[in-house]
Amino acid sequence: MNLTLRIWRQAGPDEPGGFTTYQVGEISPDMSFLEMLDTLNETLVLRGEEPVAFDHDCREGICGACGMVIDGQAHGPQPTTTCQLHMRHFEDGATVDVEPWRAAAFPVVKDLVVDRTALDRVIGAGGYITAPTGSAPEAHATPVPKEAADAAFEHAACIGCGACVAACPNGSAMLFTAAKVVHLNLLPQGAPERSSRVRGMVGAMDAEDFGGCTNTGECATACPKGIPLSAISALNREFLRSTLR
Amino acid sequence: MTPYLDYTVGAPIADTKAPAGPIEQRWDQRRFEAKLVNPANRRRHTVIVVGTGLAGASAGATLAEQGYRVVQFCFQDSPRRAHSIAAQGGINAAKNYRNDGDSVRRLFYDTVKGGDFRARESNVHRLAQISVEIIDQCVAQGVPFAREYGGLLDTRSFGGVQVQRTFYARGQTGQQLLLGAYQALSRQIAGGGVEMHPRTEMLDLVVAGGRARGIVARDLVTGEVTTHLADAVVLATGGYGNVFHLSTNAKNSNATAVWRAHRRGAYFGNPCFTQIHPTCIPRSGDHQSKLTLMSESLRNDGRIWVPKAAGDTRPPADIPEAERDYYLERMYPSFGNLVPRDIASRAAKAVCDEGRGVGPGGQGVYLDFADAVARLGRDTVSARYGNLFEMYERITAEDPYRVPMRIYPAVHYTMGGLWVDYDLQTTVPGLFAIGEANFSDHGANRLGASALMQGLADGYFVLPPAVNDYLARHPVQPLEPQDPQVESVRQEVTDRLARLLAVRGDRTPESFHRELGRIMWDECGMARTDAGLRRALARIPALREEFWRRVTVPGSGDSLNQQLEKANRVADHLELAELMCLDALHRTESCGGHFREESRTEQGEALRDDEAFSYAAAWEFTGTGRAPVLHREQLDFEYVHPTQRSYA
Repeated sequence: MNLTLRIWRQAGPDEPGGFTTYQVGEISPDMSFLEMLDTLNETLVLRGEEPVAFDHDCREGICGACGMVIDGQAHGPQPTTTCQLHMRHFEDGATVDVEPWRAAAFPVVKDLVVDRTALDRVIGAGGYITAPTGSAPEAHATPVPKEAADAAFEHAACIGCGACVAACPNGSAMLFTAAKVVHLNLLPQGAPERSSRVRGMVGAMDAEDFGGCTNTGECATACPKGIPLSAISALNREFLRSTLR
Repeated sequence: MTPYLDYTVGAPIADTKAPAGPIEQRWDQRRFEAKLVNPANRRRHTVIVVGTGLAGASAGATLAEQGYRVVQFCFQDSPRRAHSIAAQGGINAAKNYRNDGDSVRRLFYDTVKGGDFRARESNVHRLAQISVEIIDQCVAQGVPFAREYGGLLDTRSFGGVQVQRTFYARGQTGQQLLLGAYQALSRQIAGGGVEMHPRTEMLDLVVAGGRARGIVARDLVTGEVTTHLADAVVLATGGYGNVFHLSTNAKNSNATAVWRAHRRGAYFGNPCFTQIHPTCIPRSGDHQSKLTLMSESLRNDGRIWVPKAAGDTRPPADIPEAERDYYLERMYPSFGNLVPRDIASRAAKAVCDEGRGVGPGGQGVYLDFADAVARLGRDTVSARYGNLFEMYERITAEDPYRVPMRIYPAVHYTMGGLWVDYDLQTTVPGLFAIGEANFSDHGANRLGASALMQGLADGYFVLPPAVNDYLARHPVQPLEPQDPQVESVRQEVTDRLARLLAVRGDRTPESFHRELGRIMWDECGMARTDAGLRRALARIPALREEFWRRVTVPGSGDSLNQQLEKANRVADHLELAELMCLDALHRTESCGGHFREESRTEQGEALRDDEAFSYAAAWEFTGTGRAPVLHREQLDFEYVHPTQRSYA
């Protein structure tokens, strides 16, 4: 099939950006969206033009590196990562817009590549359990109810891609932060740092230029890993609890 | 360029630094003998860690926690994206929680046997001992392992093993273990113990005064090439499976760090030992950029079969039971679908070569869950493998609950890597290699769920005392970035980048990578012959020469330039590939994932030659395209006696 792509090109964070139109032919329905971009880039390189920069790595939906807004939707029209979005979901002859994540906390590095290190700093502010190496108690010393373990896992599945931030009209990182807070706070191992964790992470989130949450729910809709919107209310409860103590 | 079809033989490796004595006591002995650095002095030492996967993140976090100043690098935008994140199935530990006869001794035994007797006993035993502590550590960090209703940890079984010792977090075990290590690392970054450089790629190693003293790295965003000096350097940069172009590795995983270290004096161990994973989604076309793994754990409940008749193109549902060949269950009745990876891979290739493969191009076999769904119910199957089924459907547009999956073997993990001694130190003093970047613990083959174990064992438990010992014994001499030994390395890196940009030829870096991958898969893949390897050894140097004449890299070196990154990596793949083929050529035995057509039993199984090849091959670099030097490390098996591996 053939597509017309309108791709956001931007040479650097301080350069002006804009859409450039490209025609891509011979697209197989089995290609992923990124493989389709690879094909475009191969032709650009042979023409001596600069290929489109985009982030990607594992190409199996788990590393969270790929991220672009396709026709206005984070990662595109399917509830998955861009590397797992296949061309069979597009119509022959269509025009498709491709843009970087847009959020104040994610400055554009180049073309479709953005800087998401703000998310790492949110984790560093409390998204861990302090457990020095070599001193851990026997794993079976603390049983964890299956329900708690399963619920913790559901939230731990976050891949840190930032689609929630990109989808949110406010550029909020509430779903990302909530996923980690809920994961760790649900486990008995996470209980001692429960209050400092939520305060630290919420404080870091605010300091990083992420917007506030107004419960629009776009984040959970865009999340490729299905992190539930209920995580945000759980985060709010945790935060309130930590301030009341 | 002329191919190197020959090599010279150097002095054997006499000492691996493993303590003597009963194997159960060696690790304790080594830890006791290791010298310590006073806690107050540790902050005066800088350790560079390259890579942030399971090995690198756990090492960086642990060293910083002990008080060292850690400077860490990854080429990804965040340490959390290292490729360990993609490991699916699980991590082994000799906890014996099932009371099914497991023990440290049995895990050790299974791993040595599974490695086809080409791993070092001392290292493997240590790995089995530490496995128990790893689970404790990860649980304490909040890794959400699967649990039973009673609140205790759940386990499952994996290929090549008859006990249930594999701990898992749905099909995302690697992700959860890596996030645990990444979170520990993030805590150290926030606390100032680790200076983290994301989007920065190591391009060379600085050796001064005979010791590893730093690296030259390129900031992938600004293009700036900088030198970072330290008292010790740790490479945790993963494997080199991407030499094959199509593999299960992440697209950007590469061999540059280990290859540059090799060029600076670190021996390369067993480069031809590549693990082929039996359960990948088959290739769908030429556009394909990588292969996606389906966890081996699927073989617990999925049954593998092909039609009995060659050329049977009926849909699977139309093929009656009597006309199906469940070939693994037939050939290996006691292990069945859970035979080790090399056996399952070769068997799949064999039935496809007979013309009985399924799917487009006939390069596939069925992995069928119909019996499991009937026996366990869809909900149980979904709880065990739901996310894998979803992923399969997303890629192939087929529903594996209704139609059997199609799978085919693919390059997965490299057991070769930088040669290291018992302390994980390479032949360059002060340079350590951990996780997949070293060659040490897996032998010629790797059982499932053992790579995660090794990455974390190395990073959390083995490396820190080894680094302690090294720093305590070797006072650091001052070294300035302006020192000629340092400056010349930086200059070489800069020149090489300039040279790549200056070629302005007519072929893309990707086209060379693809061509190299094809040669490697055809001639140095699952089955290898003397003639094929000689063909590859003739073609690779010619391709390398063509690369430097015809490659084109648009743009400049002073900004984000992904084609430049790619070209630089492919240039190293083109050198490493030659060594892999030479290693494969000289080892005229079949062993683990390395199957030499000329060396097989009467039944067609892989035939080792212990008499001639019971050694690890450690190669010394002498120059691009020049015959390398082979140093043999004799392997002695005191505790697990080599036998023909049988899974019948």
